[in-house]
Amino acid sequence: MSRLPRGGRIDRNQPLDFTFNGQPLTGCAGDTLASALLANDVRVVARSIMHDRPRGVFSAGIEEPNALVQIGSETMLRATQVELHDGLAATGLNGKGRAIAGTDAGRFDKVYAHSEVLVIGGGGAGLRAALEAGRRGDRVILMDEQQEFGGRLLNAEDDAWARSTVAELAAMPEVRCLTRTTAFGYYDQNLVLGAERRREGERLWQVRARNVVIATGAHERPLVFANNDRPGIMLAGAVSTYLHRYGVAPGRHAVIFTNNDSTDTLAAHLRAAGITVAAVVDLRRGGPITDTEGGSQGLTAVRVGSDWIPCDLLCVSGGFNPTVHLFSQAQGRLRFDEGLACFLPDGTRPGVEVIGRAAGDFELDIKPVWLVPGDNEDWSHHFIDLERDATVADLGQAVGRGMRSVEHIKRYTTIGTGSDQGKTAGINETAIIGTLTGQPIGGVGTTTYRPPYVPVSFSLWAGRNRGELFDPIRVTPIHSWHVAHGAIFEDVGQWKRPWYFPLAGEDMATAVRRECQQAREGVGVMDVSTLGKIDIQGPDALTFLNRIYTNAFDTLPVGMCRYGLMCRADGMVFDDGVVMHLGENHYLATTTSGGAAAVLDWFEEWLQTEWPQLEVRFTSVTDHWAAIAVVGPRSREVLANLFFGVPLDAPRFPFLAIREGETQGVPVRLHRITFSGELAYELWAPGWYGLALWEAVMAAGAPFGISPYGTEAMHVLRAEKGYIIIGQETDGTITPQDLGMDWIVSKKKDFVGKRSFLRSDTARKDRKHLVGLLPVEHDELLPEGAQLTLTAEPSEPVPMVGHVTSSYRSATLGRTFALALVRSGRERIGDTVYAPLPDRTIAATITEPIFWDRENRRRDS
Amino acid sequence: MSTVPPPWPTDVLIPCPWCGDREDLEFKYGGAGQVAYPKDPGTTGDASWARYVFYRPNTKGPFVERWVHTAGCRRWFTLTRDTATHEILP
Repeated sequence: MSRLPRGGRIDRNQPLDFTFNGQPLTGCAGDTLASALLANDVRVVARSIMHDRPRGVFSAGIEEPNALVQIGSETMLRATQVELHDGLAATGLNGKGRAIAGTDAGRFDKVYAHSEVLVIGGGGAGLRAALEAGRRGDRVILMDEQQEFGGRLLNAEDDAWARSTVAELAAMPEVRCLTRTTAFGYYDQNLVLGAERRREGERLWQVRARNVVIATGAHERPLVFANNDRPGIMLAGAVSTYLHRYGVAPGRHAVIFTNNDSTDTLAAHLRAAGITVAAVVDLRRGGPITDTEGGSQGLTAVRVGSDWIPCDLLCVSGGFNPTVHLFSQAQGRLRFDEGLACFLPDGTRPGVEVIGRAAGDFELDIKPVWLVPGDNEDWSHHFIDLERDATVADLGQAVGRGMRSVEHIKRYTTIGTGSDQGKTAGINETAIIGTLTGQPIGGVGTTTYRPPYVPVSFSLWAGRNRGELFDPIRVTPIHSWHVAHGAIFEDVGQWKRPWYFPLAGEDMATAVRRECQQAREGVGVMDVSTLGKIDIQGPDALTFLNRIYTNAFDTLPVGMCRYGLMCRADGMVFDDGVVMHLGENHYLATTTSGGAAAVLDWFEEWLQTEWPQLEVRFTSVTDHWAAIAVVGPRSREVLANLFFGVPLDAPRFPFLAIREGETQGVPVRLHRITFSGELAYELWAPGWYGLALWEAVMAAGAPFGISPYGTEAMHVLRAEKGYIIIGQETDGTITPQDLGMDWIVSKKKDFVGKRSFLRSDTARKDRKHLVGLLPVEHDELLPEGAQLTLTAEPSEPVPMVGHVTSSYRSATLGRTFALALVRSGRERIGDTVYAPLPDRTIAATITEPIFWDRENRRRDS
Repeated sequence: MSTVPPPWPTDVLIPCPWCGDREDLEFKYGGAGQVAYPKDPGTTGDASWARYVFYRPNTKGPFVERWVHTAGCRRWFTLTRDTATHEILP
């Protein structure tokens, strides 16, 4: 055991059992996995990714490039950051994590917060800044990546100041102290993202702060020398941390290798802990370490001059890199400081302040030595990036091939591309590039620091938006009935709509065939509550409708409906629906189920930006109304049992008329609207009556064999009548004329998009027209989206004349049929077109786009 | 149409003149501002009409653009944004 008898911030009275690579070990409360492994003399933690070399703990923090472990489904964790807990089971990695199949069981949340001041880093500088802001009364958030505030102060004998400061901050109501929270990204307008580690998962903090104070300290960097990667070679500051904070001796016989005065007191501390100090190799005064020797358990000796000095711990310091990542992400510029031999913030950014060691606020006597020559010309064991196993030889190869830019060399050598993002490698890389290419270090510069500063799990980004909570689900008031009656649902936008209602033993085709037959021959019923509904009121409502729809509404009396079509300014069809005239200056427009929000936005855009003088207001009432279509030749008989006071016969309740009724105390608005061509009524009731009304309809219809139908049958029924569906027959490139709907385009008034019909492209005669298709073989189903050609075996490149937009099997027609957009289609009625498919070619005859009841007799039957 | 917020942070505050600063996920972008609808489309020539319908500037730097506070007050407004820095200019 290398646990010291006393000292450190661990609790020796709270032993914790854990396993590493299956081996049972014991640590203490307050340990990290790294400190516990060192306390158990586990020197080899992982193996390197390219050369399979043994690697041990190298640092004591977030910059760790070596000691990568897997714990359950969590992979590529740094042992230096994993807090030990009882029962923890970790395995070392060989530079690569293992993806675990299945779902992340952890709980992930998101927190949105605002503050006057966000202090990132709770070391001495950060604590002082937070205290100052807190005493001023500011709302403060203080974040630190470690489990305890204090930073380097945690290594000091006397932590009284840190302790009392943290206590004072914790007592301030407007100050929020977050440990275990790594600020990993700075985004526009002082938005900072932090990942808070918790036992049950993680929390994503999204903090918008008026002022961001970056007090992230500095990372020690190693020296680059031959065989500098063996277990037992550690950053000097990390050795100090293990001694003082964790009460662990990371070795028994130490050598110190440094180029600066930060290690001046280390030898005394090592000796006090009972560790012998075999040599101090200080590049400011003497010769370098030119090589190291090691076995399977790591370092055994270092070479100075001609001597091999036995040791199992080498404490290395090559200087310090201020942690400028977030400042750099905030578009802050960096400059190279020759005195401190590091990159420092250059200038400021609005609302961002860098303080403490991150700002270069420290003293250091340093003799920069970036590259320590070995005993020969071999540079292939001078590791620059330990996680990537990339060496000076690799870098030399990149430079030899003519690369000069640090960004190019990074990508060629992979230095800095590991999960540690090169925190111990990057600046050494820059400096060595400078050495090899004869450029000043400041001229080489750093690679771009981008978020995230540390790896962030996908689960953290997802938070609770997984599974059922991925996207909101909208259901109608009648949904529970559909579920209880075995409906298969399809997604229409966020809506769950019944697709079809299979009876026992029915497949989809059989169910849809039955549903269609029922609507054509008897009576069917459909939940159409998902229709978008916009209430339109105001003295200028009529003027607005006339400008936005292609057809005119001047002649539409109160109590009547009219189908309407709207186009974008480019003349292409945008949405359709029925406009109901409910009263003086009062209309209601229905939209497609998926287009409701877009249509409301469209209305508002034109009203607010072009016609602000119009007095008209829009309200979304989609969810206010439940809507039920009762469809088929026997629909009138069903309704007769529900609405005694409302004459339902065609002369007194004509097509497109609106009536008010009541059944079983439920107020119902009745409309003679059909989307199937059959006699049909649409019943609207306030949403909370929806289910009751549906059940009343089902009960009244039972004697007539009423049955529910879903969106698939609805699609078949409307296609048989040649009614379009926006987004199926249209795709943003189709005009009303293309659809053969000239009848709905007003010649008299102006409306949005009208001028575009005169454009040469929209006016040309050979545009694609909506037509019907009847496959020559009655049972062949054309795939929707299939391209069409004029010959059965066209030569390449195949000239395509159009595509299939809708295609179904029709019980009514006793065959398959389709709708299609075909170039000059209306002039080709009767011609044959071909759909070449991978395995066969389907021939079809072009027809008018209507297959059923051309005379519209059935809707008034 | 999905309303799932993007998985990256919504990192711009948009100043709605009615509701104040709000996260950009509450808004929809409306493209270039100051594009006037032709006074009388019927007498507008093909070229001018095409310019109105299809042509939009792609400015680097200060750019007048339209936004609508869809998930809030539903009001349209224009603002000037530097497209190179995302900074919203007064």
